[in-house]
Amino acid sequence: MRRERLSVVGSEQVGPYTLLRVQRRGLEPGIPGQFFMLEAPGRLLPRPMSLCLAPTGELAFLIDPIGPGTRALCALEAGDAVTILGPLGNGFDLEVERPLLVGGGIGIAPLPYLSETLGQPPAVLGFRSDWHAQAGALLPHAEVCVEPKLVTELIPTGHHVLACGPEPMLEAVRELAADAQLAWEAPMACGYGACFGCAVEIDGELKRLCVEGPVLCAA
Amino acid sequence: MLLNASGCLDALVAPDVARSLDAFVTKTVTPLPRDGNAPVRIAETDVGMLNSIGLANPGIDRFLTRSLPQLEKLRVSIWVSVGGFETTDYAELCSRLDDHAAVSAIELNVSCPNVEAPAESASQIVAGARLATRKPLWAKLSPAVPDIADVARAAQAAGADGLSLVNTIRGLKLDAQTLRPVLAPGHGGLSGPALKPIALAAVATCYRATRMPIVGMGGIRTGLDALEFVAAGAQHIAVGTTLFADPDAPARIRAELHALASARGWTSYEDAYGAAHEELLSLRTT
Repeated sequence: MRRERLSVVGSEQVGPYTLLRVQRRGLEPGIPGQFFMLEAPGRLLPRPMSLCLAPTGELAFLIDPIGPGTRALCALEAGDAVTILGPLGNGFDLEVERPLLVGGGIGIAPLPYLSETLGQPPAVLGFRSDWHAQAGALLPHAEVCVEPKLVTELIPTGHHVLACGPEPMLEAVRELAADAQLAWEAPMACGYGACFGCAVEIDGELKRLCVEGPVLCAA
Repeated sequence: MLLNASGCLDALVAPDVARSLDAFVTKTVTPLPRDGNAPVRIAETDVGMLNSIGLANPGIDRFLTRSLPQLEKLRVSIWVSVGGFETTDYAELCSRLDDHAAVSAIELNVSCPNVEAPAESASQIVAGARLATRKPLWAKLSPAVPDIADVARAAQAAGADGLSLVNTIRGLKLDAQTLRPVLAPGHGGLSGPALKPIALAAVATCYRATRMPIVGMGGIRTGLDALEFVAAGAQHIAVGTTLFADPDAPARIRAELHALASARGWTSYEDAYGAAHEELLSLRTT
């Protein structure tokens, strides 16, 4: 893990979300599904974000402005500096046959980089509104649905599922595909195993998602 | 010395951060394994954070057989924080640690705000532990008591070698939409900048009351914060919440402390030790 102060290259609106692009400098993009801790300007604790895209020399994060920290991140402008730690945690296992990417809402964040790495496998995405579904443009070949239709209704059989989205979606995917790889989310103060805040139940025990995950096997 | 606050670093996951400290303080070890509290366990507040981890730890057996041998390999000084639910728990834990040369000191966590507090007083716990080990004993106290000087004097009389000041203080955060507690257990321990003035006051009070060695902690983010704790009467400094945001904080704070000392023409930041009290006295006489 490495921590650097990076310059913001720019940010753009994608529906309700913001795609924040920063200089990469010495940080490695890591494996899709790994995450970074982004300093949230004016706040005490950084915020965990998975890498959305890795353009040459840059890192890009898709951020949903849901609280004071994420709003401060979305307000960053070109030339501002932001301190970033990473990559952290365990990403997706990329050695799979017939991958299918499944994303819901802001959970699509790690999928564009994952898609690029896997050579654009089929993908299905679900959003709560047409406005949110504008983020589907980040995965141009994906099949997109909007509620009340659920993304789990679009999952064909015979694929190895790699998914990220809200917990109910991940639970539903788990029911459909026991061998799926699921990227989970939990409140985190540190991202590197120090705070024990991101505990989730794994194999009947509470374990740190930042150390064991965030990508876990559904089974 | 610069240490981490107990529960704010896992040396086995982040060995480089542990090596940047003068001593590594473990997460509190209890007699039996504990999963800790159900999530949600942490929340940020405007000027601090709340945690309710609930002393998640592998228990003393697994700590001694698995964690300690791995920690020894890191070649950092190891302080073990211990916690329990009765006086005998602390004595038993200290006795189990006493033979382990790798353990430099024991911190008695008599003040976790996230578990049922031991019924016995801090002095009974310290006295029991004192009989069980020859290792240096540091009593970690809560600032949420009517008079922390009384508790400090009682810990000193019972045989503590030093004080760790302070533990977190109980706090509550409500969700803006639901108006229900954000943390699953309800309340949690408040740390970070919000705790700093409370911790500084506790350090100053206990310094005046006991002149014992003190590890000062609570909201330290910069060299200047650390220097204030030294001036208030802390010989040693620990960083907690700031490690979450900045794993490089120990090296940075150390550099800032040295720069501050140099700027004042001191040989070391330790020249500031207790300086706040000289100022208090001179103010009082004018």
